[in-house]
This record gives sequence, C-alpha cells and structure tokens, in this order.
Amino acid sequence: MLEKADAPRRWDTLERSYRARIERGAAFADGKIVRRDETERFLEAVIEPGDRVCIEGNNQKHADFLAAALSKTSVEAIHDLHIVQSNIALPPHLDVFERGTARRLDFCYAGPQGLRMARLVAEGKIEVGAIHTYLELYSRYFCDLTPHVSFVAADAADADGNLYTGPNTEDTPAIVEATAFKSGVLIAQVNRIVDKVPRVDVPGDWVSFVVEAPKPHYIEPIFTRDPAVITEVQVLMAMMVIRGIYEKYGVTRLNHGIGFDTAAIELILPTYAEDLGLKGKICRYMSVNPCPTLIPAIESGFVESIHCAGSELGMEAYTAARSDVFFIGRDGSMRSNRIFCQLAGHYSDLFIGSTLQIDLEGNSSTATLSRITGFGGAPNFGSESRARRHGSEAWLKAGREQRLSGEMPRGRKLVVQIVETFGDGMSPTFVERLDAWELQKTFDMPLPPVMVYGDDLTHLVTEEGIANLLLCDTMEERAQAIRGVAGYTPVGMKRDREMVARLREKGAVQYAEDLGVDKRLATRDLLAARSIKDLVAWSGGLYDPPSRFRNW
Amino acid sequence: MEHLEFDYDGTGAKPARAFALAGVVGSGNLEVLIEAADLGGRCAAVVDTSVRGYGETWRQVLADFFARHAMSDVRVSINDGGATPAVVSLRLDQAAAEIKDASA
Repeated sequence: MLEKADAPRRWDTLERSYRARIERGAAFADGKIVRRDETERFLEAVIEPGDRVCIEGNNQKHADFLAAALSKTSVEAIHDLHIVQSNIALPPHLDVFERGTARRLDFCYAGPQGLRMARLVAEGKIEVGAIHTYLELYSRYFCDLTPHVSFVAADAADADGNLYTGPNTEDTPAIVEATAFKSGVLIAQVNRIVDKVPRVDVPGDWVSFVVEAPKPHYIEPIFTRDPAVITEVQVLMAMMVIRGIYEKYGVTRLNHGIGFDTAAIELILPTYAEDLGLKGKICRYMSVNPCPTLIPAIESGFVESIHCAGSELGMEAYTAARSDVFFIGRDGSMRSNRIFCQLAGHYSDLFIGSTLQIDLEGNSSTATLSRITGFGGAPNFGSESRARRHGSEAWLKAGREQRLSGEMPRGRKLVVQIVETFGDGMSPTFVERLDAWELQKTFDMPLPPVMVYGDDLTHLVTEEGIANLLLCDTMEERAQAIRGVAGYTPVGMKRDREMVARLREKGAVQYAEDLGVDKRLATRDLLAARSIKDLVAWSGGLYDPPSRFRNW
Repeated sequence: MEHLEFDYDGTGAKPARAFALAGVVGSGNLEVLIEAADLGGRCAAVVDTSVRGYGETWRQVLADFFARHAMSDVRVSINDGGATPAVVSLRLDQAAAEIKDASA
C-alpha cells in the first residue's frame, strides 16, 4: 500500500499510449502508408474502447472510406467510442452507433441523417452530449473533447505524410492541431499518394498514418443554387434587403447564408444595386463558400475579396483564376479554413440567412419535431460580436439605433433573418411558440435548440417588409413589429394594426413603398443570371458545374 | 375550385388606365386582371382558386390591397393556381402600379 501511494506520478501516459498504438498500427503499414486491404484490422490495432474519435465530416469533404471501415470493425475490439465530429452526413456515421462501436456523440449538424438520428437517440443507442456550433465544437477539441484518434481527408499525401488538402481544407486544421499535439493518432485518408505534394497543408510529422482510398473522398456540392428556381418573391425580398439594409447602413463586410433568398441578393447586385450606384459602397468583402451565384457580382466588380470556409464543386478553376478575390496557395489552388472564415464573418458587419421558424421574440430555429438537425455555422455568424472594438459605418450606425441601458456608446452587428411568411406546404414560418420547446423535452436537452436568439437579431425581412428590432423600445413593440411583417399567417393576422402603424411611423416596420422599392421590377428579369448556364457564361467558361446541374 | 366574390369601399381616385394584367396561371402562381369599372365608387374582387378553404385570407389580402392603394371604381379578377399570399400581394401590387401609371 505504502509503495503504491509513494509511486511517482507518470506525466506521459498519453505519449506512452501513443507510442504503443503506433507500434501496433505499424504492423499493418509500410512506413506511414497503411495497407488498404488491412484497414479494418489496422483500426482495431490503434483504437481502444472508450476513445474519443473524430471522423472528419465537414459540410462537403468526408473521410468516407475510413468511416465505412470503422463501421466494419469488431465490436469486441472497438466499442463505446465517443464520437466528436462536426457533421453527421453519411450512413456509416450512424452505423457505428447502431452496432455498438460508438455510444456517445458530440456534434454540430446532422442534415440528411436527422430522422435516423432521432430514432437512434430515442432507442438509447446514441447518448448525445450536445449539439454545438462549429466554433464551439472545435474549441472543445482544445479543451475537454480532444480526440485520441482522428480521421481526416486530403487530396494527396507523400510517403512522409505531408498532406495536400486542395481547395477543401475546411475543418482539417482544427482537427489536426488538436489531435497531433495532444498525443493523438492522426490517420489521413487520401485520394492519391504522390512523390511530392503540390503544397503542404499539413506537415508530415503531425500525421501518424496515411491510407490511399479506393476512390476519391466524397464531396457534396451543397452551396450550388440554380438561379432557374429563384422566385419573384425572392427577388422582391432581395430588393428590400439592398435598399433597406445594405444601402441604408453601408454594409461592406458580410456573410451570406446559402439559401435561395441570399442567392437572389447576389444575383441582383450587378443589376439593381448597380443601377442604384452602390458599387464600391456595399458587399465588398465576404466570408462565404465560393457559391456559383456570386460569380456575376465578382465579375462586375462588386465583391472584391472572399475568404471561404470550404470550396464548392466546379468552382476550382474559377477561384484559381481569381487570386485577387480568393485566398490562393503558391500551387495555384484555393485554400479554405472553416475556423478563420467563421471568425472573419463573426467580426464583419452583417450576417443574413434563412430559417424555418421564428417566434414573437425573434428567436429562430430550424428544429422541427421529427428531426435532429443542428445548427452549423449560422449561430456564430448570426450573433452580436461583443468582443468587437473597431468601428465601421454600418456597425456604428446600427449601434446608434439600438436601445442602450447605460451611457456608453456601442456599435452593433447587423443580424438579419430573411424568410417568406409561409414555408413549404403553406406552413407558417411565424409561430407563437417554437417546436424547439417540444424537441427539448423529447430529446432531454438542457435548452431548446435555438439557431439565432432574438436578442442577437436586428432585422427580419419578409415579402411584406422589414422589421427593424433595434428601434423597438419594449418587448411588446418587438412582438408587434414581428407580427407586422408576418403577413397572413395566424401570427400576422393577430397584429394590433394601430400599434403597427405607429411602429411604421418610427421606421421599426417598413414596407416596400417605404423603402423606395418598385415592385414592378421584382421579376426574374432582374437576375444577372437566370440559369446555371448563364453562370458558366459569366465565368468565361471557368465554372464547371456538377453534372446534376447541367440541365441544358 | 372555389369561387369567391368580395366588395369594398373605394377610397381614392379612379385609375389612370383602362386595365392592367400581371402574372400567369400556373401551379403556385396566379393571373391578376385589374380594370376600371363603373361601380359607383366602390371596388370589387372576383377570385377563382384551385385551393378551397382560404376565403378569410383572400378577404384580408384584398382588403389590405385596396387600403394600400386607395382606388375607386376598379374590379380585380383573379385566376389562382394555389399561390401563397406573398405571390398574390406581389401580383396585385404589380398590376396596381401599372393601372395607376398615367405615363405608361
């Protein structure tokens, strides 16, 4: 007993565990290169039960071969893993829970797998730690959720393990840094092994092992919006955003969501905004993926600089040929980085995005009763940046409008939600109570899953007009301003017409005619590009759309 | 199909032009014809819609429309293919802007 108590504490257990894992894994590898046919046995050698494991699953790029291999490993060898990854997108990501390889999950987003995830949570197969925002989960990689083993995806590797990610760097740097410097095992899935990588995105001595996948990693073109399906109501809302917000505040630095509403804004910059003389005055710097609908605004000189969280399929040659606009490596291809893009957007002047439900305090949520989807990047982009100190025209003007409790002047980030009053199937976007409250109960969450909180929101844009919540003095005024743009939804029909008229007088509610928007211009003719083919033409043939968008 | 008829007080001037047309009938869309008519200063609206059960919404959308534009002696005829109130109001406002525009 005495001997044990006096035994010196070991301070390198993680390091010794790392060395043991590397030694066990080396039996299945030649140097750092794992023999592909032995990938499953290799994983059984390096992963231990209860490990925290990160499977790189971003918006687009996925370590899909390694994810599938993990879902085929022996449950005797690997079980009760704690998965810490941003995006649950592929069936194997949930297979590992269904079969008991993994039990606990901390994640950000589960778009297409949302229904199945809800079922597995209900069956007790998944214990959800929390649904995070991107920056929040990456931050926890460096705090209490550091991975023991991470799978990342890259385009190419050399024999020393140097990685080239290509334009889709995305989350890789965050995962790599946290894993490699806390004695974690970093395994890279690559499309090809080469003698010399085009550029070093991850230094080889941070990488433990490399597996050459049988086919290129899966990439999803989630940021491509076909202009052909943009509606005239979306054009109208875009016109109101440009006049009522971008022009009014002089918004030069911003982040756009990725829906059709914001695509419509991008596509009327070279037409409507140009005619208003706003070139050089709005939308100059953006934090957003290289959405193809941005091409006309770039080509016409509106958007001068864009930092990207990830890339987009088909935009590789275009971005490479516009190094004044995009961030490009010495090899000539784009470099993306989700953390830095999120940070750049957080400290810019405006975020605008869409949502599924909004309540009378302005809280918005994409959670609906049957699905667990999560948030992605919107909560970070779409929140007041309270640590900001530098001034800009837009930030200071919004700051002057906001109601302050003390004397100290403050700036204010513009946080805008853009929605039609009715969504798919005539379901009202505006509700007295968010489904998120029910979801909290069903899935035993600590809080209702809210995407953008009402006190972060400054403007709400619908086809009816704009509610400026900065100018509302009370919660009652705020609720009536929201009802005032909620149209013919039950929430909108219950508006106090006299109070909305008073709010309109002080500019807290503005309709198209108050904004100088001529609805006769709200047609698809206003779009600088009306099809994917038009976007290809604007790009001078550099944009190479995925086949599913080649509908001409 | 549902056929609806509404009638409202006129509040403003007679339109500058004889008629104006906006939109086309199609799924989720509608056709709006607005025309000058001798209605003794009142305004009327006739709606033929493919979707039943939204009479109260139509009444309110059209009441807000006439209040917004302050017109008299006009008849609005609508052929609706299941448009949302957003599209309905946009088409109505586009047609109203046309018929009120003396210079066009």
